[in-house]
Amino acid sequence: MLVLALDTATPAVTAGVVALDGDAPPELLAERVTVDPRAHTELLTPHVTAALDEAGVRLDQLDAIVCGSGPGPFTGLRVGMVTGAALGQALGIPVHPVSTLDAIAYATPFHTSLLVVTDARRREVYWSVYCDQGWRVAGPHVDKPDVVAAKLADELEPIGVTEVSGPVAQQHAELFGLTVLPTTYPTPVGLVGAAAWPLREGAEPEPLTPLYLRQPDAVEPGARKRVSQA
Amino acid sequence: MIVLGIETSCDETGVGIVRRHADGTLELLADEVASSVEEHARFGGVVPEIASRAHLQAMAPTMRRALDTAGLELSTVDAIAVTAGPGLAGALMVGVAAAKAYSTASGKPLYGVNHLAGHVAADTIEHGPLPPRCLALLVSGGHSQLLLVEGLTEKITEIGATIDDAAGEAYDKVARILGLPYPGGPPIDKLAKQGNPRAIAFPRGLTGQRDAPFDFSFSGLKTAVARWVEKHEATGAEIPLADVAASFQEAVADVLTAKAIRAAREHEVDTMVISGGVAANSRLGELARERCAEAGITLRVPRPRLCTDNGAMIAALGAHVVASGAKPSPATLAADTSLPLVYGS
Repeated sequence: MLVLALDTATPAVTAGVVALDGDAPPELLAERVTVDPRAHTELLTPHVTAALDEAGVRLDQLDAIVCGSGPGPFTGLRVGMVTGAALGQALGIPVHPVSTLDAIAYATPFHTSLLVVTDARRREVYWSVYCDQGWRVAGPHVDKPDVVAAKLADELEPIGVTEVSGPVAQQHAELFGLTVLPTTYPTPVGLVGAAAWPLREGAEPEPLTPLYLRQPDAVEPGARKRVSQA
Repeated sequence: MIVLGIETSCDETGVGIVRRHADGTLELLADEVASSVEEHARFGGVVPEIASRAHLQAMAPTMRRALDTAGLELSTVDAIAVTAGPGLAGALMVGVAAAKAYSTASGKPLYGVNHLAGHVAADTIEHGPLPPRCLALLVSGGHSQLLLVEGLTEKITEIGATIDDAAGEAYDKVARILGLPYPGGPPIDKLAKQGNPRAIAFPRGLTGQRDAPFDFSFSGLKTAVARWVEKHEATGAEIPLADVAASFQEAVADVLTAKAIRAAREHEVDTMVISGGVAANSRLGELARERCAEAGITLRVPRPRLCTDNGAMIAALGAHVVASGAKPSPATLAADTSLPLVYGS
């Protein structure tokens, strides 16, 4: 089957066309990736069109869409989610959400257990942990890096995490005491690989709900402030 | 020609569809709106992140309802228009990204248009093409502007705007002072009907000799209402809520219509369009009808449903833009909070 993969949950604007046949691993036909946190709206659909053209695949030949559902900074994340939802609706094909962290883990050749971290701004990271079988065993969560480090040394210690990947892996590797693996941004193959089970089974897609992990910053107003001098 | 319009600049997810006939008249085929207003109520104003989250959830279902109402599929429309600005950046982005995806999937050309010009275009749905020159007063929770419209797709000039709060924002803030719910427009309008509009002489902002003749200011008015209420609270007297509401509403309607009439006279136009959410206010409508009649100005106000944010007004503007022969927006279209009023300018 032919699958369109999208992700905008990191500074990368990612679109790719992937073939998923039988039990074979996903095969990349074409991809377009630009790292620019301010260009998600601008570039995502042009990237879709360019990747399809290069792959020689028409939109009406697509069987499914896989869309990274974060966690990620909200505004950019929504661009990919709404693009996936609208394309799927217009083409009448299923759209499968998949955690962006799972997609990064899928594309990372790791050896023991893996931590994946992406930038959550506000000096925090989004993170998940994967065991040596590839399953997610913790996350996704959002925390300050030192909180993640403390959890790795404490409650997550039995899992034996030794490696880290993701866009901000390098800058926190020393704090975590982990070996950095080269995979940074989510790839089309990683996205499709992480969604391979529902795609192959033809399972009903999960709801297209972004993994925000934070409530909107909004405070209910208290008592009205006086404008006149008391 | 059939054009579909998408609007997500604030807290309404709108999808509208219009057919434009050769004579320039429009036929409304669908006008679906999903609003997140109730989610903002407890915060006393629109929370951008809540609005953006709601747009994402509402986009596809609203599109489905609009197509079903019109009995159409995306493949049977001729073009797609979307609000590209001005508005809340994160909210706009959801609509623009969705519109680009619908355009890519259907192969239909996409036009990113201006939200404020859309409010003016809303009036052409029921009342037909605009005259070559007219004045538009746009009043809502986010905007208060006077526009000189010399062709919706040719020349629109802003001749005045609020320097602080929008008129609708003043309604929301005064409603809070009076203990009324959000949004403040409808409850104040209702309460004002039982009050005396001349009971309290609230200030008319920017109406001095040296003030900008066509700009608005509603921040001082809101503060004046708060001071008046606090002063009366201090005496232990019961606040005459209806009189305060009526007097506040009178001040808003007076200053909006006085400036609009003066602008129409100065720019020698004989037609005025009032649109935006506050256009549904009963006293504003009444006073505008009265003063336009005295001044010999034809007043055009879309019905309330088309005054508030909706996709039909964007479809209407899009249809006029397509008919003007303008080229579609580039594939790299993005939300632009300072988008020019006239398409392609």
